[in-house]
Amino acid sequence: MKKKSQVTRRHYNHSDIAMETAFYVVLTLLTLICLFPFILMITSSFMNENEIARDGFKLIPREWSVAAYKTLFTNPRKLISSYRVTILITAIGTVLGLLIMSMAGYVLNRKDFKYRNGFSFFIYFTTLFSGGLVPTYILYVRYLGLKDSLWAMIFPGLASAWSIFLMRNFLKSIPDSLYESATIDGAGDFRIYWQIFMPLSVPALATVGLFTAIAFWNEWYNAMLYISKDSLVPLQYYLQKMINQTNIQQLLAQGVAIDTTKLPTQSIKMAVAVMATGPVILFYPFVQRYFVSGLTIGAVKG
Amino acid sequence: MKDVPEQCVVKDVNDYIIYCVNSSPIRPNISPFTVNRIFGVKEEIRVKTQMAAANDKALYLNQQAGQSGNPFKNLAYEIRKHWILFLMILPATLYLIVFMYLPMPGVYIAFVNYNVRKGIFASPFVGLQNFAFLVKNGQLWLITRNTILYNLVFLLLGNVLQIVVAVMLAEIGSKLFRKLSQSMILLPYFISFVIVGAFAYNFFNYNSGFVNTILKGLGQDPFSFYTSPGVWKYIIVAFNLWHGLGYGVIVYLAAITGIDTQIYEAAMIDGATRGQRIRLITMPLLKPTFIMLIMFGLGGVLRGSFDLFYNLIGNNSVLYPQTDIIDTFVFRSLTGSGQFNFSQSAAVGLYQSVFGLILVLTVNAIVRKLDPENALF
Repeated sequence: MKKKSQVTRRHYNHSDIAMETAFYVVLTLLTLICLFPFILMITSSFMNENEIARDGFKLIPREWSVAAYKTLFTNPRKLISSYRVTILITAIGTVLGLLIMSMAGYVLNRKDFKYRNGFSFFIYFTTLFSGGLVPTYILYVRYLGLKDSLWAMIFPGLASAWSIFLMRNFLKSIPDSLYESATIDGAGDFRIYWQIFMPLSVPALATVGLFTAIAFWNEWYNAMLYISKDSLVPLQYYLQKMINQTNIQQLLAQGVAIDTTKLPTQSIKMAVAVMATGPVILFYPFVQRYFVSGLTIGAVKG
Repeated sequence: MKDVPEQCVVKDVNDYIIYCVNSSPIRPNISPFTVNRIFGVKEEIRVKTQMAAANDKALYLNQQAGQSGNPFKNLAYEIRKHWILFLMILPATLYLIVFMYLPMPGVYIAFVNYNVRKGIFASPFVGLQNFAFLVKNGQLWLITRNTILYNLVFLLLGNVLQIVVAVMLAEIGSKLFRKLSQSMILLPYFISFVIVGAFAYNFFNYNSGFVNTILKGLGQDPFSFYTSPGVWKYIIVAFNLWHGLGYGVIVYLAAITGIDTQIYEAAMIDGATRGQRIRLITMPLLKPTFIMLIMFGLGGVLRGSFDLFYNLIGNNSVLYPQTDIIDTFVFRSLTGSGQFNFSQSAAVGLYQSVFGLILVLTVNAIVRKLDPENALF
């Protein structure tokens, strides 16, 4: 890439420069479009309730207000509980998932493991066909008793074929001679995995771990299916309930003059959205290179 | 490549091991060239020390020894030898059996009249009655059409936009700008669709939505988005493009980075302009990636993205005719008002799974014809 741009610099002509300038402009606009909803969400959360009622959400409010956050933090019981649930499922799910998937990936990469093709197909088949929502739901609720259980939100995202194969593909790049010399030194299979291969696959672990963690952080779907207890509602589902609730109210109130004091406050919804997105945005700059590498590995195959 | 010594172990990408140890090869007379031709090996030929090669040979002979005619004996032998490895893959296996494979026989529910008290397998068998009902009332056709049309639009528009952005990103000189812009474009990919729903609310709600703020500011009447089915197809497509753009750009950018820079240099020496280089070099070389992504996308054309549709539309039945897809339909009949039952809902799910599987297999067969290296299996 670097080389190419240097060459570009040397042989330029006017149309080339015009084109590059146009690219900069278009890309800047596109980047802004991608960011726009985030910015609007943040400024909306800092708006004064009266101004929202009078004019609606604005990109630049006339006056800034932290009333929404104040209200949120003076009665934070629900928010804290939903944060607690989300952090709990993210932590447990990511650690357990990484352990299961990295062990499976390691075994699938062992060339002396005779049944690895069989196991690979066994894992791969789950991406081709599934029982579907209804049988899964009945299994969870009737046979496994997972209704209103934290595990109902952890199990569905614990391991995926895609991540197991990503682990295996990464481990392929570690030379087999390491395994051979460790065996000669008398290390057992698990010890080789734990003490030699895992420290070497930190990039792959980080990639898979981050994808898994993000998926758990964004969890709402299984909560919607299996959770009815308030104390087990995760962050995203809490937010979703809050927004959906008003959509219906909006619909009922369509065209009628509305007394805004009776509606749930608008800026609070955006404040909760900010609270739910915040950690992702905060961590994003530090971890995005892993995302990029993961997407590239994943893009090459399955 | 040429001078691989006799004491060598040649491994190819598919992990076949070919031994030619100490001039008494187990597979005789295979030159690296032949290996290359047979297995499509690129740079996988590794020269090993004599000792390591002998080790491998011993291992291989060991494996041979373990191979008797009886598969169960073989399995017992393998488990005894590698019991730790079996133990290590056990959690993933158990997990998949319980959570992925156990629901599969449950598709039988689509052929019964499900009775909660009796359970799936004791409920009365009704054959294809559940499917017939859905075909007759026209629902199946509507949601299938919606799912396929939305996915086709997502696929085509998405890929075209992603290519355009990737090409622009690759062409600009500033590395910092490229990196920054790429990360910002990727950000939406990691946001949950619940937040996307919040964005939609922020933009489109009747009283305080941003769009209506602008309309009011211009002296127009506010527009009621949540009661107008017609506009939602554009909104859904726009949010889908926005959400998936960064991912696709990275895939295409990786493909562009893989293009040999010498081709560009040669073109520049011949006086090609930037436009010509994009049109005549980058675009043709991106074509295989484009075709592959489209093909695999076609394999998934029956799988709707529930997250997107549900969070934008929710339970707003006014919008269903234009926005109901298979996945939202199945979900609603599972949890909804009781006008459908579990069995009919499962019938739709099974229909989707089976036709989805057929699609994937078909697409894979076509890909294998076109380009065997890219086939999934």
